[in-house]
Amino acid sequence: MKIIKSLTIIVLAFSFASFARANNFEQAVQGLLENSNKKKAAAVEQLAKVDDPRSLPTLKAMLDAKLYYKKDDKSLVIITDLEEGATVHNLMSQSDESISDKRAVSKVRINNKLRRLLRSSIAVLELSSGDMAIRLESAKNLAKNPSADMRDVLIIALEKESSSKIAGFLSLSLGLIDLENEDPAVRRKAVDYLSGSVEPQAIGALKALTAKDKDGNYLEQDKELAAYAAKVFKRVDTKMQLFKTSENMLFGLSLGSVLLLAAIGLAITFGVMGVINMAHGEMIMLGAYTTFTVQQLMPELIGASLFVAIPVAFIVAAAVGVLMERLIIRHLYGRPLDTLLATFGVSLILQQAIRQIYGANSVSVISPPWISGLWEVNGALALTYNRIYILLFAMLVLGLLALLLKKTLVGLQMRAVTQNRPMANSMGIRAGWVDAMTFGLGSGIAGIAGVALSQIASVSPNLGQTYIVDSFMVVVFGGVGNIMGTFIGAMTLGVINKFLEPQVGAVIGKIIVLVFIILFIQWRPRGLFALKGRFVED
Amino acid sequence: MNLLQQTFIYKALQNDIFGRYVLSFVIIIGTVIPLLNVFAPEGSMFDITTFTMTLMGKILCFAILALALDLVWGYCGILSLGHGAFFSLGGYAMGMYLMRQIGDRGVYGNPELPDFMVFLNWDALPWYWYGFDSFGFALLMVFLAPGILAFVFGWMAFRSRVTGVYFSIITQALTFALMQAFFMNKLGFGGNNGLTDFKDILGFNIQSDETRSVLVFTAALVLCITYFVCKYIVSSKFGKVLVSIRDAESRTRFLGYRVEHYKLLVFTFSAIVAGVAGAIYVPLVGAANPSEFSPINSIGIVIWVALGGRGTLYGAIIGALVIGYAKSYFTTSFPDLWLYILGGLFVLTTMYLPEGIAGRLEQLRQKRNGSKNDPSTPAKNAELEVAK
Amino acid sequence: MNTEKTEKFQSVLYLNGVTKSFDGFKAINNLSLDVSPGELRAIIGPNGAGKSTMMDIITGKTKPDKGEVRFKDNIDLTRHDEADIANMGIGRKFQKPTVIDSLTVWDNLDLALAGNRGIWQTLVFKLSSNQCERIEEIISLIGLSEKTEALAKNLSHGQKQWLEIGMLIIQEPEVLLVDEPAGGMTDYETMETAKLLKDIAKNHSVIVVEHDMDFVRALDCTVTVLHEGSVLAEGSLEKVSADPRVIEVYLGR
Repeated sequence: MKIIKSLTIIVLAFSFASFARANNFEQAVQGLLENSNKKKAAAVEQLAKVDDPRSLPTLKAMLDAKLYYKKDDKSLVIITDLEEGATVHNLMSQSDESISDKRAVSKVRINNKLRRLLRSSIAVLELSSGDMAIRLESAKNLAKNPSADMRDVLIIALEKESSSKIAGFLSLSLGLIDLENEDPAVRRKAVDYLSGSVEPQAIGALKALTAKDKDGNYLEQDKELAAYAAKVFKRVDTKMQLFKTSENMLFGLSLGSVLLLAAIGLAITFGVMGVINMAHGEMIMLGAYTTFTVQQLMPELIGASLFVAIPVAFIVAAAVGVLMERLIIRHLYGRPLDTLLATFGVSLILQQAIRQIYGANSVSVISPPWISGLWEVNGALALTYNRIYILLFAMLVLGLLALLLKKTLVGLQMRAVTQNRPMANSMGIRAGWVDAMTFGLGSGIAGIAGVALSQIASVSPNLGQTYIVDSFMVVVFGGVGNIMGTFIGAMTLGVINKFLEPQVGAVIGKIIVLVFIILFIQWRPRGLFALKGRFVED
Repeated sequence: MNLLQQTFIYKALQNDIFGRYVLSFVIIIGTVIPLLNVFAPEGSMFDITTFTMTLMGKILCFAILALALDLVWGYCGILSLGHGAFFSLGGYAMGMYLMRQIGDRGVYGNPELPDFMVFLNWDALPWYWYGFDSFGFALLMVFLAPGILAFVFGWMAFRSRVTGVYFSIITQALTFALMQAFFMNKLGFGGNNGLTDFKDILGFNIQSDETRSVLVFTAALVLCITYFVCKYIVSSKFGKVLVSIRDAESRTRFLGYRVEHYKLLVFTFSAIVAGVAGAIYVPLVGAANPSEFSPINSIGIVIWVALGGRGTLYGAIIGALVIGYAKSYFTTSFPDLWLYILGGLFVLTTMYLPEGIAGRLEQLRQKRNGSKNDPSTPAKNAELEVAK
Repeated sequence: MNTEKTEKFQSVLYLNGVTKSFDGFKAINNLSLDVSPGELRAIIGPNGAGKSTMMDIITGKTKPDKGEVRFKDNIDLTRHDEADIANMGIGRKFQKPTVIDSLTVWDNLDLALAGNRGIWQTLVFKLSSNQCERIEEIISLIGLSEKTEALAKNLSHGQKQWLEIGMLIIQEPEVLLVDEPAGGMTDYETMETAKLLKDIAKNHSVIVVEHDMDFVRALDCTVTVLHEGSVLAEGSLEKVSADPRVIEVYLGR
């Protein structure tokens, strides 16, 4: 035991020095064919030193009892299932071949001692890899079931590790190993190791250390250690809370950006024209169905489909919006409640039309590969990419819109009409034309929102209905005629929602938000960022 | 008939020709149809199926609901998109009584708990179900549940002067939130399935034709009573203040009227009326369903009033009768068409018939009467003249 | 409503250092005004001088950012809302005639008629014969006897003006704020209105905002000139007309 341990350390020291190819792979593996376990061990150590891509698979196969050698030419093969005609991988020729006779090969047998050596050698190879992904994977695997044999490997790896995420896993393993030790000093150090990780395992171990019986005494024999662990736990817990909070925050912001996308078009039409477009949700739905249709038309280019869908959805929704404005809303000017009803009628018609064309059930819009996936920051914080993309996309849309309103003539005219319609009219701005453009713009943005929403929500004819109430709340909360208000409103509501959700559940959370808004308008009836002035009052 | 009734009802109907027609029609539906259903021999040409009778009863409930909305929207200009919720709350209050009446006849045979609570492994009746064994208490809650909600909500909204579309979308959000809440199992109102499997009401079998006949008659009776109460309100000075608020809210304040008090009273009253309609509806259809809370139902009521003619009480009834019947016809015969028709009605009514059927009727009458009356159209509509 | 009562106060309306801004624009800037009981006061000023905002502040529609607004010396009007202030006895006629369109002339006056404004009272309210006579009287005063049952929306602009003046009178306020009463009236009607207001001013306080100089001259009273939210000049029409600053900002143009 002792010999092996000291041997390992020497081996490790050498391998981490990573000197150039000392021996070649073919030479090193010869020892594996021997019957003597000692010689096999020496061969394993050799292999760990050889800088050859085949070393790692060989060691892994050996550990998994999948390594055989052919009796005729003594070449090593990896065999997953040993049976006649099975395909095997020849490590010497680096090619696949098939075996005719089960008896033509013989397994490279290992014992427990070898198994331990293999494990640490594999870990050494992986943890010293230049590829961060391999190191991370290995560190994660080690942490799943850490064994005391790995301790030295881990210590050396931890010293060299530059990525804090991988270091977290390494110290987690070390902490868990050292906690089993009998030496109080080592255990104290273990607590320090554990504090370097935010993985649930580390938190669990610390919690277990600080557990108390019903009299308030620590269950842990070493009271001093328990007290120390409690102190450390407090610190780690604060860190965890911070991560949890930032996760909620990010989720909230991403929900907020969904709300922003859904509401911003509404805020524009409401702000400029003072009418509520109840068919706004259906514009979002049209955008989502446009995405679906685009994907149907270009099935082999899913990756690019969203970039095509965005302008198409804008045009489709904007066209429907302009049509609605010219045919209906124009005639109801000055009758906001009637406009609300008429646009609701349009929303029913659009929903039913989509239902008849695409069916009442939801259609599946495919997410391009670049948009799916998970970004794991650490054990406590993970984000899906689509959420991040939506957040960025919403910011982009907001930015472009702000630019449009601030820097272009159309924008100037829109703002003029928003703030004082009669005055704008008398200054020669064709309010009718501005209305149509505004409606087109608002609807078009809703269409774009639909493209984004198709990536996170199921696309059905009812899609619009699910977002319309929330969008209204954003507008009421944020105030009308000011995209800053919509932005702050959407983000605030998104964050509040996400912070409430884990406490009370999604539905109650929504109800609380609604009550909050009702109370809020007691204080600010016209929303957070209302336009003030004499002309706005009536 | 006592003297008071004679005088007021007579006066109320004296100048209300179309109101007379509409009420007569309601009374015929409410009496003749139940009688024919119960007494006409099966298969004879006079026999009315239970389905038809129930449909008529439902439509009468809708008409009560339409009156409630017309009072706040047509007269006071408050477009509530939450009346479906008040209707449902009244319905649930009645449904809770009906649930308690089931007793141990449920599937699980638990004498203490309704089936859905047994199913959810609840071991005791939630406190808010106490008292619903009594019909009187349930009836009180039919009034109080929508009334208190409307009062509290209205108090906050009107006090902070939330008006117009703002008020509409906030009531819609309220409805939406209530719908989501009632769909939850843990709220204790049966979740998705709502309240159902009723057995009897006041000891009478709820499924029997006789009970249903009485319910239909009750609906017609309540509709008539509501009509006269609303008629009294709108022809009093209070009613003039409501119209004044609708036409020029700010001006009304400067005349010294506390607009928010008027709005609050009429809104609360209207919510209670809606709740009563729901309380008759639920035993008639045999279930209180959370989907009744869905926002589309509440907006649906608005189109009854808009098509019938906002600001005329009989118009609201006409609208509810016409659309209620049309919906039943189209959803069974041409289900794909119905939403197009309903959507089209919203668009066309607001654009081309803002004064509704009632407005057209009044115009026709004036044309016939020639120059005898004032040439102005008495039909009132909520917004046409207040371009704000 | 009677003269003796109002005379107990030094000033019926007293504004001191009132400021109100909208999004940075000072609509009213350190405005002070003092109206004695029974006084007739004309207020003139170019567009945007703050006349309407001043009316809004007095009647409780707008709360000032700072400054005192007092009614009968010690009632702080900034603490009350429109309905309260109206019930205390400050009546207002709007620049754009605002009558209740879908009610008849009679009903408009019925609504404005002095009396209890509570919700329960209006539910059971019945006009007494005295009140009916009063309405009839006002209707003939404003010359709408032929139109008693006509809907207000069918009246001409001038008739609406008269109806609103009638509503103001029947409301029996102690102070009348009258915003451009002569707008849309014929010369004859304008002079009639001036005469009527002078008549009313015998036992009420009246504040008139007007553009029409002939009308102001006919009122023959103290004139306050507003400019950029504050008082520019005050005095008789002759005096303020001679003021070079007034000529500069207003009359001269």
